[in-house]
Amino acid sequence: MAQYAILIYEAESGYADGGPEVWQEVGQAHRRFAGQVGEKGSKILGGDALQPTSTATSIRADVVTDGPFAETKEALGGFYLIEARDLDHAIEIAKLCPARFGGVEVRPIMDTSGM
Amino acid sequence: MTRSGRAAAAADRSAIGAAVADAHRREWAFVLAATARVTRDLDAAEECVQDAYVAALDAWARQGVPRNPAAWLTTAARHRALDALRRDRTLRSKLPLLIPEQAQPTSADSAAVGDDGEVISDDRLRLIFTCCHPALAREAQVALTLRLVCGLSTAEIAQDFLVTEPTMAARVTRAKKKISAARIAYRVPEEAELPDRLDAVLTVIHLVFTTGHIAPDGPVLVRADLVERAIALAHMLRQLMPDEPEVSGLLGLLLITDARRAARTDATGNLLLLDQQDRSLWDKAKIDDGRALVVGSLRSGRPGRFALQAAIAAVHSEAPSYAETDWPQLLALYDRLMRAWPSPVVELNRAVVTAMTSGPQAALDDIARLEQDGRLERYHYLPAAKADLLRRLGRRGEARSAYLAALELTDNQAERAFLNGRIAEMSARTDVPGQSAV
Repeated sequence: MAQYAILIYEAESGYADGGPEVWQEVGQAHRRFAGQVGEKGSKILGGDALQPTSTATSIRADVVTDGPFAETKEALGGFYLIEARDLDHAIEIAKLCPARFGGVEVRPIMDTSGM
Repeated sequence: MTRSGRAAAAADRSAIGAAVADAHRREWAFVLAATARVTRDLDAAEECVQDAYVAALDAWARQGVPRNPAAWLTTAARHRALDALRRDRTLRSKLPLLIPEQAQPTSADSAAVGDDGEVISDDRLRLIFTCCHPALAREAQVALTLRLVCGLSTAEIAQDFLVTEPTMAARVTRAKKKISAARIAYRVPEEAELPDRLDAVLTVIHLVFTTGHIAPDGPVLVRADLVERAIALAHMLRQLMPDEPEVSGLLGLLLITDARRAARTDATGNLLLLDQQDRSLWDKAKIDDGRALVVGSLRSGRPGRFALQAAIAAVHSEAPSYAETDWPQLLALYDRLMRAWPSPVVELNRAVVTAMTSGPQAALDDIARLEQDGRLERYHYLPAAKADLLRRLGRRGEARSAYLAALELTDNQAERAFLNGRIAEMSARTDVPGQSAV
């Protein structure tokens, strides 16, 4: 098994404008997702939701600035670390991952144990 | 050695050279796909297969051409791979290829048996589906397919797609690295994913064909090498997946389209449209082969976009002349194609048929809608089709502007010459009443 990160990119406005019902629905969707991952023969190794980009602080060459690196419509809002047999398996799982205001990106985890 | 002996030896050498070249064209994919299974590394497999072809030149001159060249070459390449693995343990880790242990044999899997009785399974489908995996960019899929499945050199592919060799080399390397780093498995997709995955493969082959059929720029209309590579790929795929109607559809489409090759330009290389072509120059045998494939794939039930495009090409190929084309049947096929594959390009082609069934004005109305839509903004066949309809209506000034717009958007010399000819025609003063030559 290999490890992949599922990065969830969404328009933050969806949550800001959506109110508590949206949060509730999305929370349910993520709990459902967590159940489906097991059924697909995979495992969630970790993951979390992130506070919005308005809380981000960037550091580049020791210079500390307010905000994320790039202002884009869709921002990284959360992530999962999963286990999968191969890319097709990871994609199959990522397709189930809730991201109603955007989409997800699958990235293989780099094995740095030998570095 | 006597003079005739030397001549005979030279003739033998050139015959062996031809046999090796032939095996390169026919068997590269088989040999590479089977070798990759042993090396579990695409770069290493390519090197070993190259070496095997070089070794074949000498060995076949001494022992004669083997009964099954693919099996001979695979055995040679695999021996090289095992030798290299023994010498250099790190070989394995460069671009590790993920070969699922439980890779289930598909019904299309066949095998080759070497002279020594060794059975080598046919992994070509695994190779093709890996090269055309949707996680790779389309241009990377095309480059990998030509490199790994057809055995073209990076220099040849760069030339075909008009980029520099380092650019193409970087593209191929990036794609191979992604296959290995993201763990794109070396396998044939399962039933459920097959329609999407197969569509990517067919699209890549079709793209290779269209790039050759109307070269994006340069002096000649057709790049025959690319056209032939695409047809060979479609033949290979059909041999491997004989029951897939879209595969037969694609091969039929390519054969019927390419059957017109000799008629598409005049003696001086000028472009001739369908209504100007000498139909006796069409390749009858290719058309017949293509049509048989179309009939088979239409019979399968719900035909897809390639089968329907092939059916459209078949209707054209059956008409004794442009005027005698079965336009109502074409219109019905375009309607089905629109449902199977909604695309503005299909709409444009449908409009051209509408002109023949309902007159140029009806077609111009359809094209006006497409212009507003904007998706074909950079597609030179839109203004070219519009220009032709305006020309037929005698609206010369507007036709000329539309031909000029088309000219702006194409770099193919044969197409540019054709458009310039039409522009000159539309600019010439005539005594058509009510027409001003702008």
